[in-house]
Amino acid sequence: MVANIKDKAVIVGVGNTEFSKNSGVSELSLAVQAIKTALDDAGLTPADVDGMATFTMDTSDEIEVARALGVGNMSFYGRAHYGGGAATSTLHQATMAVATGMAETVVCYRALNGRSGHRFSGGVSGDITTADAIHWGWYMPYGLLTPASWVGMFTQRWMHNTGIGKDALYEVAKSARDYGANNPAAFFHGQTFDRAEYDAQRMISTPLQLFDCCQESDGGSAVIVTTPERARDLKQPGVAIRGVAQCAAKDQEQMTSFYRDEFAAIPEMEIAASDAYAQSGLTAADIDAAVIYDAFSPIVLWQLEAWGFCGAGESGDFVKDGALRRDGRLPTNTHGGQLSEAYIHGVNGIVEATRLVRGTSVNQPDKTVNHALVTSGVGIPTGGAVLGKLDL
Amino acid sequence: MNEEQQQAFEDLIYSYVGKVVCQRMPAKDAVNEPMIRHWAEAIGDNNPAYSDPQWAADSQRGKMIAPPAMMYSWGQEGFPVVAQGRTPDAQSELVERFNENGFFGTLGTNVKQEYFKEVGIGDTVYMEMVVDNISEQKATGRGIGYFFETLATFSDQHGDPIGTQRFRVLKFIPPAEQAAASSSDNDEALEVPTRIASPRGHDNKWWWDACDEGKVLIQRCKNCQTLRHPPRPMCGECQSMEWDSIESTLAGEVLSFTELHHPKIPGYQYPLVCAVIKLAEGTNLVANVVGCEPEAVHIGMQLQGKVEQIDAKTMLPQFYPA
Repeated sequence: MVANIKDKAVIVGVGNTEFSKNSGVSELSLAVQAIKTALDDAGLTPADVDGMATFTMDTSDEIEVARALGVGNMSFYGRAHYGGGAATSTLHQATMAVATGMAETVVCYRALNGRSGHRFSGGVSGDITTADAIHWGWYMPYGLLTPASWVGMFTQRWMHNTGIGKDALYEVAKSARDYGANNPAAFFHGQTFDRAEYDAQRMISTPLQLFDCCQESDGGSAVIVTTPERARDLKQPGVAIRGVAQCAAKDQEQMTSFYRDEFAAIPEMEIAASDAYAQSGLTAADIDAAVIYDAFSPIVLWQLEAWGFCGAGESGDFVKDGALRRDGRLPTNTHGGQLSEAYIHGVNGIVEATRLVRGTSVNQPDKTVNHALVTSGVGIPTGGAVLGKLDL
Repeated sequence: MNEEQQQAFEDLIYSYVGKVVCQRMPAKDAVNEPMIRHWAEAIGDNNPAYSDPQWAADSQRGKMIAPPAMMYSWGQEGFPVVAQGRTPDAQSELVERFNENGFFGTLGTNVKQEYFKEVGIGDTVYMEMVVDNISEQKATGRGIGYFFETLATFSDQHGDPIGTQRFRVLKFIPPAEQAAASSSDNDEALEVPTRIASPRGHDNKWWWDACDEGKVLIQRCKNCQTLRHPPRPMCGECQSMEWDSIESTLAGEVLSFTELHHPKIPGYQYPLVCAVIKLAEGTNLVANVVGCEPEAVHIGMQLQGKVEQIDAKTMLPQFYPA
């Protein structure tokens, strides 16, 4: 069965806070700043909001956000689990609420002090006994306790299986950095690097070096979703959700699915891609630009294959041919990505994908962007969304 | 060291803060081209501002300068220090106080230089140095210790500031000494960090308890005999909740691996390699690969594991090249 959600929910406003390494304010403050910016962008007020969607990991409760912003009665509040895997799942929640009439205007948000507060690079710890902590317990005693170490384990095997080398990882990191260097909002604005500098960075967890890893950032991002009818009366051209899917595939663990027959793979993303395409009636050939979750450089390559932009094992050549560049087949992470703009758990990616469809990215490709893809993190239950111009 | 001893020791070391290591004194040689050339060659710095008089004359400065980072080099003692040893000063005395108390380990952790004025050929660099600060006691990846920092201040023959250099050193109790120190003085022993243990709940405690006794078990469905790891309360194949276990022979093969470089976590010994290992019984297990250089680990490598005591609190399977 294909979910009947095509064009039933529309992104009408987007907003980011400033990105920094030390915001000096609470995560709640970042959340409401981002949401207010997104509401202003849409030409809406807090009183128009009747629903919210965020990450289970977010520390700003919906009701706290609502009181701080001055939102009235809410009829929907849903959260998605699994870290960065929840990025487009906020859209998934919002779309289901708006398409079914459970709510009319839903705010998707994520705000974190990811550098000055809790840092993911600090690793997981064994201080609490939950099912989650017991899961990490199979890895922590051996030292495998940071995101880079889990992704390093996948990457080593994937490179071994495909023969794809660091050239391809470099191109993912380098193209993101070149976009970010031209984006005044990006943390690495004005700072590029070359191959020698990339190679000289310290090793984090083999084969991942520093520039293969995203930043740790303080900041917030928000996206406003409403009905197509309402969208047509608002300030910005509507960006419709053509398809949005999430998937937890068989034998999934959180970042450590090491027990599948071939674990250097992301079947959950392949299934989500197939579902999102089926909902939208589109294929990879229809996608003009993309924001692909880039916590680490190699995961962009796996997703290019999962979403059918190239065949299995061909993503290395695909990116080395310049596909991710502004004049390439699939301009990707044009804001600089999480590698070079900021790490806001992928929600700044939804902001950028919306801008690409509106035609307002700071690195807008010359070609018309009718459809853009945006994805969530990998190694975990994940998903993605296909966005398009509301009235094409 | 008990609390009282530690207090006395800290009073002693903190008394060195502010002590002069060396009074302001000139370098033996004025800034000169051959020394600059040797330094730039050794570092691999080809900046013509340091090496090409013609280029330098045409540049904004109008003359050659010494590399600012070379500031500290001008005052370095040469061969006599190696041959005859260093004249005692406040820094060497402080180091001796640490060594006497078991903090034998020495690790230069970082150098921070600031530059105020450039110097050129013929200028003379003067240096003075003090012990600037000593940290509180820290539990680091290398062991328990203290960071101390010296502050060197550089000036020229006119007394104009050239720059400063902060040099930070960790003095620590190396792990072997740490164990000895705590066993001989166990009433108020320093806590040595250990590996982060798994929490133990209904579904996994039996596995870790067996590991503490030197065995790696694999859960087996009593109904359909399917092996499963990590343990779960129900068989995903036949939904039976009845299970027993078999003991692994710990023969295995590397399916993938990663060497952990950063961040280094207290309680873990580096170099550190983690691998996904396919056990001969058919299930996969994450564990460390030891007993060879990290560079020698490869996919397909055959391993033999054994359960070993890693630290005071931790028993874990460790795998060696077969």
